Amino acid sequence: MINKILDSFDEAVADVFDGAIILIGGFGPANGCPSYLIRALVRQGAKNLTLVANTPGRGRAESPPPPGAPVRKMPPNYDDGGLLIQNDQVIKTICAFPGTPPPGMHAPLNDRLIAGKLEVELVPQGTLAERIRANKAGIPAFYTPTGVGTIIEKGKEKREIGGKEYLLEHAIRADFALVRAHKADRRGNLVYQGTSRNFNGAMAGAATVTIAEVDEIVELGELAPEAIATHGIYVNRVVSRESGEVTS
Amino acid sequence: MKERLDEQTMALRVAKEFKDGMIANLGFGIPTLAANFIPEGKEVVFHSENGCLGYGPTPTTEEEQDFHLVNASGQFATPQPGMSFFDHAESFSMIRGRHIDLCVLGGLQVSEKGDLANWLIPGREPGNIGGAMDLAFGASRLVVVMTHTTKKDEPKVLKECTYYLTAPRCVSLIITDIAVIEVTPDGLVLKETAPGWTVEEIQALTEPELIIAEDIKQIEL
Repeated sequence: MINKILDSFDEAVADVFDGAIILIGGFGPANGCPSYLIRALVRQGAKNLTLVANTPGRGRAESPPPPGAPVRKMPPNYDDGGLLIQNDQVIKTICAFPGTPPPGMHAPLNDRLIAGKLEVELVPQGTLAERIRANKAGIPAFYTPTGVGTIIEKGKEKREIGGKEYLLEHAIRADFALVRAHKADRRGNLVYQGTSRNFNGAMAGAATVTIAEVDEIVELGELAPEAIATHGIYVNRVVSRESGEVTS
Repeated sequence: MKERLDEQTMALRVAKEFKDGMIANLGFGIPTLAANFIPEGKEVVFHSENGCLGYGPTPTTEEEQDFHLVNASGQFATPQPGMSFFDHAESFSMIRGRHIDLCVLGGLQVSEKGDLANWLIPGREPGNIGGAMDLAFGASRLVVVMTHTTKKDEPKVLKECTYYLTAPRCVSLIITDIAVIEVTPDGLVLKETAPGWTVEEIQALTEPELIIAEDIKQIEL
């Protein structure tokens, strides 16, 4: 019998090794960030990680924001990949939106970048999504128009196809994908809620091991076949938030 | 100081670019404001990079705020009939595949050839490319809305951009707080002026030489 359900988040990330390349789903402050898996990975402590995410994250505020600073509403019980950066487990991020702290404020990513402890590979969002998808689809590289004539083309092969110039972009090989979904069954079929699918749907299956954090696990057959957005074939492990809150 | 158009009024002018049946993607700031001014009787479908087609305006009550329904600017949106969701790879297939009819972005600089720089203010590295680069390369028509000058009154419409480019030769129309300028193969054509502004005054705040449209008029909303 196929059963990808694990009992705990700690168990789900136990084999993440030092130097692993990890995809993390989510987009900005939208729910859709695998917060419990991230906390479990903080507890697990793997080092020298490369994080691949649209926005690696801001982590937890180390000091209260200055008066007048914009306050963004966050989902309840939320942590992002910034927590791993804050915990000095990350040496590189591949991302589209590293974030910029307001003047006078600190952000874990920017502090470590300035200190030379962290490398940032800045990638246009669509190129990032496609480099992830390409790895899932067995495509080693592809040509895209995005970035021609900009700083992004630096060091990349350029080729003219049909009278237009394109850049060669390579698939991102990854060891683990941490994704967040709404419901799962024991085969790893996933459904999402609204815009929380975002990078999660693109990343599921794009790493050697895909781990899904979900709100609820349902019986096989309960998810409508037409509604399944990520197919179980792409998912290796499923853990439900019903298994208990993860704190770190 | 002469009066310039405020953000709401610029957004109103942006909304005039919406045509019935269009798929439009709106960037952060003034572009997103334009979603509140869809001309009556026109059906415009908004695309958001984070995987949504057909989202509605920002909710007016806290109860309507749903963390599973946000636009690419990170703002809450509302559901609308016909709305659909998809993942990021699909979303950018729509963008790069030229399925987006109109994209409206903010700008830091636009050159007379239609080059756009809008993602990095020097000194604030590493900068945030986000989805702007793919949109600038992929949208069928790109409109940039921005103030005409910097806070120090330096021109933002330039012969050549000095900041890192988002994309070369991508802008079709520039809407500013004093003018509407079309990018053409012959150069920049001044089409509309803000109330109280003369052609000479606009030219004085614009680096490249403007071609004056034969049918130049005051900005209509």
